[in-house]
Amino acid sequence: MADPISRADVLHVAKLSRLALTDDEVEHLTAELAGILGHAADIEALDLDDVEPTAHPLPLENVFRADDVRPSLDRAEVLAQAPAAEADRFRVPRILGEAP
Amino acid sequence: MTGIGTGTAIEIADAVRRGERTARSVVEGYLAAISTREAEIHACNTVLAESALAAADAVDAAVGRGEDPGPLAGVPVALKDNLCTRGIATTCSSKILDGWLPPYTATAVDRIVAAGGIPIAKTNLDEFAMGSSTENSAFGTTRNPHDVSRVPGGSSGGSAAAVAAGFAPLALGSDTGGSIRQPAALCGVVGVKPTYGLVSRYGLIAFASSLDQIGPFARTVDDAARLLEVIWGHDPMDSTSIKSSPPDLGSNQDVTGLRVGIVEELTDVDGIAPEVRAAVEQAAASLEAAGATVDRVSVPSCTYGLSAYYLIAPAEASSNLARYDGVRYGLRADGVDVADMNARTRAAGFGPEVKRRIMLGTYALSAGYYDAYYGKAQKVRTLIIRDFAAAYERFDVLLSPTAPTEAFEIGAKTADPLSMYLSDVCTIPTNLAGHAAMSVPFGTGAAGLPIGVQVLAPALGEPVMFRTARALEAAAP
Repeated sequence: MADPISRADVLHVAKLSRLALTDDEVEHLTAELAGILGHAADIEALDLDDVEPTAHPLPLENVFRADDVRPSLDRAEVLAQAPAAEADRFRVPRILGEAP
Repeated sequence: MTGIGTGTAIEIADAVRRGERTARSVVEGYLAAISTREAEIHACNTVLAESALAAADAVDAAVGRGEDPGPLAGVPVALKDNLCTRGIATTCSSKILDGWLPPYTATAVDRIVAAGGIPIAKTNLDEFAMGSSTENSAFGTTRNPHDVSRVPGGSSGGSAAAVAAGFAPLALGSDTGGSIRQPAALCGVVGVKPTYGLVSRYGLIAFASSLDQIGPFARTVDDAARLLEVIWGHDPMDSTSIKSSPPDLGSNQDVTGLRVGIVEELTDVDGIAPEVRAAVEQAAASLEAAGATVDRVSVPSCTYGLSAYYLIAPAEASSNLARYDGVRYGLRADGVDVADMNARTRAAGFGPEVKRRIMLGTYALSAGYYDAYYGKAQKVRTLIIRDFAAAYERFDVLLSPTAPTEAFEIGAKTADPLSMYLSDVCTIPTNLAGHAAMSVPFGTGAAGLPIGVQVLAPALGEPVMFRTARALEAAAP
């Protein structure tokens, strides 16, 4: 049985999820996630050591296509949807930190 | 209600193909129905009046040249707003995609257009298809056409309400844990969740990729079959698309000798309204009277379906929704660096239920909890598949309620996420197994609102499922 979820857990998961949550949201989510995970306690209690997991309902095989040049999405049409674009690229804020 | 007098999708298509009705007159009739009641129902995020009329004229021109526009000739189809339509806003009812114009169209939509069908509206949904009432939309709640104080169900509530209100004879939805069948039941229409892989997911904005499937809404079982036959079949653009030829749905309702099992774990449990259980019993009795044999069947692991689903679906969603990062499309909030911009964009763009599921899924996948939650849920999925396989050795189709109750009041479940999740308890096991299931209207509940009976079938069991559904439709009170 896993430990109940704490405020620190919620803050950690918010960071992993790239979600800037308000204090109010953190408080609500701590209680709500605990409630939902509490419901899942029924399967935590099952002994399933001998059962194989199912990730997907179909037997999947990798799909290859012929290595031929085909039309793809129109670059101008795609970039027109970007919040910011420059010189045929997506423009983003600074990625690296300040130089030491 | 408006629109009913204009006939079934099959009648419309046949009349348009024969030149007895123009597609323009059909589309004008449905647009009039939308303008009469849309302000009250709010089924649509976008009404495609101009493009629908242009498409109708193209269909009429083809008929005039002696060509056959196809099996959906002139038939308006409403599209859930998580299906990509090139150059037409596709929002997932989320602020994070507000204003986005997709650069491509979903395969299912392309096939509808190629068959002469006419997209008439993009319909409202719970944001990113996460919900059971359409109350989680960033653009307002859709109302049940049978009682506007009640929800239409969800997440495809806009599509279900559109068909029920006579805004379109057909609609597409997507079903990850019941998002076609549950709103179909609550709105009194037919809703089909096809076998996983039968309909291409290309252009369906992903929620939980191992569970999502596109399917039809219609007023009649045969109309639903007509739409399914247009959209299904292999698509090289979806690597999980089934390669074998689709099954033949036939046209009869003969259930002689059919072995029908009522699933105990989805029917004889707390939370199922007495009149819903009575509808399942009555449906089973009608099949028996038509020559089927009926018995109870236990599918024990269905009891754990809800818990497994609410770990697996959020886990997959937390990964799929990582793409909304403010870089390539949609909303961007300002930030001091990329990570800060990502986090602020997602905080501003996602609503509370989407945030909740991303958090839940990320937690279930995080170090230290993976085995206890996600890993365990995947093993339960194996048990559900095994238990269904055992049941289908003794039965051809299974029956259960589609939803535990008739449509509930707007706001009744918004304060408690778990109570909302329980709306999907009967529909979730089918998605976990990758099987087929559909909801057929069968009677009304205590408040006089529609009840749906669910017909479940094994993978690619659509022919026997539709045969059973036709028999239920014929026997429905």
